Amino acid sequence: MSEATGNQPMVRFEGVTKRYGSLTVLDDLNLEIGRGEKVAIIGPSGSGKTTVLRMLMTLERIDGGVIWVDGEPMTHMQKNGGMVAAEPKHLRRVRSKIGMVFQHFNLFPHMTALGNCSEAPVTVLGLPRREAEERAAELLNMVGLADKKNHYPAQLSGGQQQRVAIARALAMRPKIMLFDEVTSALDPELCGEVLQVIRKLGSEHDLTMLMVTHQMGFAKEFADRVCFFYKGKIAEQGVPQELFVAPKNERTQQFLRAVLEAV
Amino acid sequence: MIWSWDYTLEILPVLAQASIVTIEATLLSFVIALVLGLVLALLRMSGGAVGWLTSAFVELVRSTPLLIQIFFLFFVLPRLGIVLDAFVAGIIALSLHYGCYCSEVYRAGLEAVPRGQWEACTALNLSTWSMFKRIILPQAIPPIVPALGNYLVALFKDTPLLSAIAVLELVQTAKVLGSDNFRYTEPMTIVGLTFLVLSLVSAAGIRWLEKRLNRRSVR
Repeated sequence: MSEATGNQPMVRFEGVTKRYGSLTVLDDLNLEIGRGEKVAIIGPSGSGKTTVLRMLMTLERIDGGVIWVDGEPMTHMQKNGGMVAAEPKHLRRVRSKIGMVFQHFNLFPHMTALGNCSEAPVTVLGLPRREAEERAAELLNMVGLADKKNHYPAQLSGGQQQRVAIARALAMRPKIMLFDEVTSALDPELCGEVLQVIRKLGSEHDLTMLMVTHQMGFAKEFADRVCFFYKGKIAEQGVPQELFVAPKNERTQQFLRAVLEAV
Repeated sequence: MIWSWDYTLEILPVLAQASIVTIEATLLSFVIALVLGLVLALLRMSGGAVGWLTSAFVELVRSTPLLIQIFFLFFVLPRLGIVLDAFVAGIIALSLHYGCYCSEVYRAGLEAVPRGQWEACTALNLSTWSMFKRIILPQAIPPIVPALGNYLVALFKDTPLLSAIAVLELVQTAKVLGSDNFRYTEPMTIVGLTFLVLSLVSAAGIRWLEKRLNRRSVR
């Protein structure tokens, strides 16, 4: 069943559709993300960009199509020669390859930074607590928070909380990291420290990264490819130099003009 | 003289014995109600037919008097072949009744946990069990301790209803003593004072617990 090979894309959306009632948020989306590729998703609000990440993290149910992860279908499973909707066990196994960082951090408020980063490794991966905490401490050190490991989320700034959230996701050793507008809830002066951590991740690990962002400058510098979403579809995609410098699609041009004017 | 100290001293040991029955009934029923309430709240949140049936059951129990439920368990069930000891029937009625009330409190507590917490659990691949045990309940329960505590005191004050099926708790014992000796003043006063003191003690205990939990969560 798992015939994962190195040539297959890490993530593949195949005709994926998502509706909320009569509103179609993702419309027959086809998207492939290569191993180790860093893709930025931009677009106006309501264009379905966050939904892409949420579907991949299985936070939303799929209404049509199939999502493939690491060479096997995630939303579906093969059974008796046909494809059926994935069972929870299958979902959990495939989901373990994916980590996500949220706009509002979603740290566990009743646990310290160290607790946040060691909880899932202990309860899900079954690591001994000591070992999980050692690894958590290493990760917190990597995001520059070695001295804050015994602090509770409420005692940390937004930027620090978001860095803990990144460490927490990494503690599960994902192959794919999803970043959902991770700097949108932060004061401007705190964005830099978070982006710096993501930059470091990108250069030191071969993680596949998918980020929804409003930080055009960061997308341009960091991403291998940029996808511009409009009304549930990819209106245009390409390497940042092309898409940002000479967008072909009229909607992309409009959007970039509006975003750059706002700066 | 309205008050007889001799009589008081004579009945005190009997009432002390009965107060143990009252306290036993209260604690036993409340512990069951706490567990049952959580189970009902979770079943209700699970949606579907199970959720609907649970809602219907909770509404049924909350919308009928406790006394009727006690009578039903003790007098009607035997006709269906289920004969319960009075104390057991009383415990079941109290825990069912208060379990349903507690389930509403749990539901409010669970719904107050932000959606992002549940989503973080999914993203970290926590099992449903770990999610509730480690993440959701530790956040949902501290804020509802005062409300649950209110139900402990309310349940305690409802135990005299068990006298209707002749459980020898405080009030029933006082009634028996009164009718045997033709003196109600002393036993009823002592019983009233016992309820007052124990209610105040539990309320203080709950406030202490509440403070302790708050200190833990708001650092």
